[in-house]
Amino acid sequence: MVEITSPHFKENAVEALSDENLQKAMRHLRGNFTAKRAAAAAALPEFEALRDNARDIKNHVLTHLDLYLEAYEERVTAQGGKVHWAADAQEARNIVLDICRKADAKTVTKGKSMISEEIDLNAFLERNGITPVETDLGEYIIQLRGEHPSHIIAPAVHLNIDQVREDFRRAHSHLPPDRAMKEPESLLREARGILRKKFLSADVGITGANFLVAETGTSVIVTNEGNGDLTQILPKVHVVIASIEKIVPTLEDMSQIVRVLARSATGQEMSVYTTLSTGPRRKEDPDGPEEFHVVLLDNGRSSMIGTEFQDMLRCIRCGACMNHCPVYQAVGGHAYGWVYSGPMGAVLTPTLIGVDKAGHLPNASTFCGRCEEVCPMHIPLPKMMRSWREREFERHLSPVSYRSNLKLWAWFAKRPALYRPLAGLAMRSLSLMGGRRGRFSALPMAGSWTKDRDLPAPQGGTFISQWRNKRGRT
Amino acid sequence: MSEARDIILGRICASLSENGKAGGDEARHEEVEKRLRGHPQGVVPHPADAKQAVVDRFIDKAQAAGATVEKAKQGDVAKAVSAFLRDHNLPQQLRVGADERLEQITWQSRGAPELLSGPSDGNDLSGLSHAFAGAGETGTLVLTSGPDNPTTINFLPENHIVVVDAQDIEFDYEAIWTRLRHKAGAGKMPRTVNLITGPSRSADIEQTLIMGAHGPVRLHIIVVTG
Ligand code: SF4
Repeated sequence: MVEITSPHFKENAVEALSDENLQKAMRHLRGNFTAKRAAAAAALPEFEALRDNARDIKNHVLTHLDLYLEAYEERVTAQGGKVHWAADAQEARNIVLDICRKADAKTVTKGKSMISEEIDLNAFLERNGITPVETDLGEYIIQLRGEHPSHIIAPAVHLNIDQVREDFRRAHSHLPPDRAMKEPESLLREARGILRKKFLSADVGITGANFLVAETGTSVIVTNEGNGDLTQILPKVHVVIASIEKIVPTLEDMSQIVRVLARSATGQEMSVYTTLSTGPRRKEDPDGPEEFHVVLLDNGRSSMIGTEFQDMLRCIRCGACMNHCPVYQAVGGHAYGWVYSGPMGAVLTPTLIGVDKAGHLPNASTFCGRCEEVCPMHIPLPKMMRSWREREFERHLSPVSYRSNLKLWAWFAKRPALYRPLAGLAMRSLSLMGGRRGRFSALPMAGSWTKDRDLPAPQGGTFISQWRNKRGRT
Repeated sequence: MSEARDIILGRICASLSENGKAGGDEARHEEVEKRLRGHPQGVVPHPADAKQAVVDRFIDKAQAAGATVEKAKQGDVAKAVSAFLRDHNLPQQLRVGADERLEQITWQSRGAPELLSGPSDGNDLSGLSHAFAGAGETGTLVLTSGPDNPTTINFLPENHIVVVDAQDIEFDYEAIWTRLRHKAGAGKMPRTVNLITGPSRSADIEQTLIMGAHGPVRLHIIVVTG
């Protein structure tokens, strides 16, 4: 299993803030994604209307999810594919293993999939004698390092080029030691060459899905590198692993959401490859997989329907909320201690692994509201983090000192007019009100956080005031 | 039917009915049926302009996405393909499917590229495909799988040349879905439909954008104008 370190978010965060390599790498994230997203959104006059419609489509799907899933399954089957249902991670892993065994698979190539991370598929396949090969460049790098992604669309964002170079030197020891490795181009080229052979020799290809289209039984991946495509067209078996909420009714509905996805994620108008796959290769097709399987994973999602966390099921994993989150920008994704990070992780993790295991993740927020502002699906992330925080409090999972401070914090948080200027100008007096200063440092807006956050970018002020200043510019 | 299937669908229904949302089973069915059959359009960015404006927009957007684009008359496609290969010091050799429109290209008798037919096995430097359509909205090519245009040609060769008829360039994706339904039949799809916007790329090392990742390093589009 992936070791869950979410309960140690605070310790992880403190460590992250003093990790020089990480801080160096995270500098590339700040500003990069945010500026590009802002430009892409501004360039499309219908962007806001599309967001509203994207939200409405997913809301409609969620209240008809059973019927759309049945329709999707019917269409996949009619075109020669097979749908497998997995109530939890263990079932999903076993289904994939079973498919691999039947195909007598030794090597499995993989397109980028967060569901694969969620069910910890790679370690499981390895334990069963099957070699999984991650083929997205970022995923490949972190697989070499034995790490997990720190960002849902930029898995290696926590690394700098020197680290990647060292990893390639170590892992590709059969290549001449004096080869060109200075520029990122030469490293990409090297990975391309090595992975090309893997693509061509793999027995099974596993991809995720950004969408499952009920109308046609189609699964859709959205990528830039082309690795997902090589993963799914070359081996004789293609397995899609996807969670149940990925359903959209029609190609038109998919197009609505596609229009906000890339713009929110990377600031592209359209990702390079949007690939629609339906069933196995047809009789007359000269290429493509002979078998097509879809593993539909629930893993707790069906129970979110009808709760205050239902809105989270609209998430399209664009990463905008994390790119714009001051906490994520400061500490990176690994501090969150499990698969999903940033604001979406802070909300999703407790629903998937339990609030007892997710610990204080929902506290990993300054409640600046930026995540909700940029979320293409209008997911009320801060509100849901607050809900978790309240639940956690009610369930008395917090240590006593923590709870009393939380109560005070909640009082301020509900009064933003008071809280914001106070947090900005009178951190000291706030902590006086909280009692001993040391105790207050466990709180998200407390001095130690602000102090460390300001190290790499010492403009001073709180996250919120910094954001307010920045917002004028971006 | 599998146990997990019943559990998952059961849980969804239970969650929905607890909140009074699953009521009126027939009405829910009908609504889903209606949407799947009617596939209503949502917000479509612009009304389609005159065809010429759409083609120009397609060219601008494809170039902005890193593709190279040229217009050519039907009779000049052969010349354009050969020139592209020559300009990039590539051997005059192409992997190509059985698309009739590509077979009709009349190659010059001297120095015509050698055509290798069928899917790519990864040893081809250049491939030639014919697109099903183009979307002017974002400069996106739409290619469909089959013997005419094997999907491997879209991804394995480092250089991908794609021919698209100007008359097949629509403004929005929705117009293309309509055509696709017409071709494949309602509720059906070719095995693979590729929407391609520029050559492959990665920004996974320090967020530096590098062109040419696992797919083609170069994407060259020839818009046939008649
Ligand atoms: S919560 Fe919203 S912004 Fe965050 S990844 Fe999901 S869709 Fe994107």
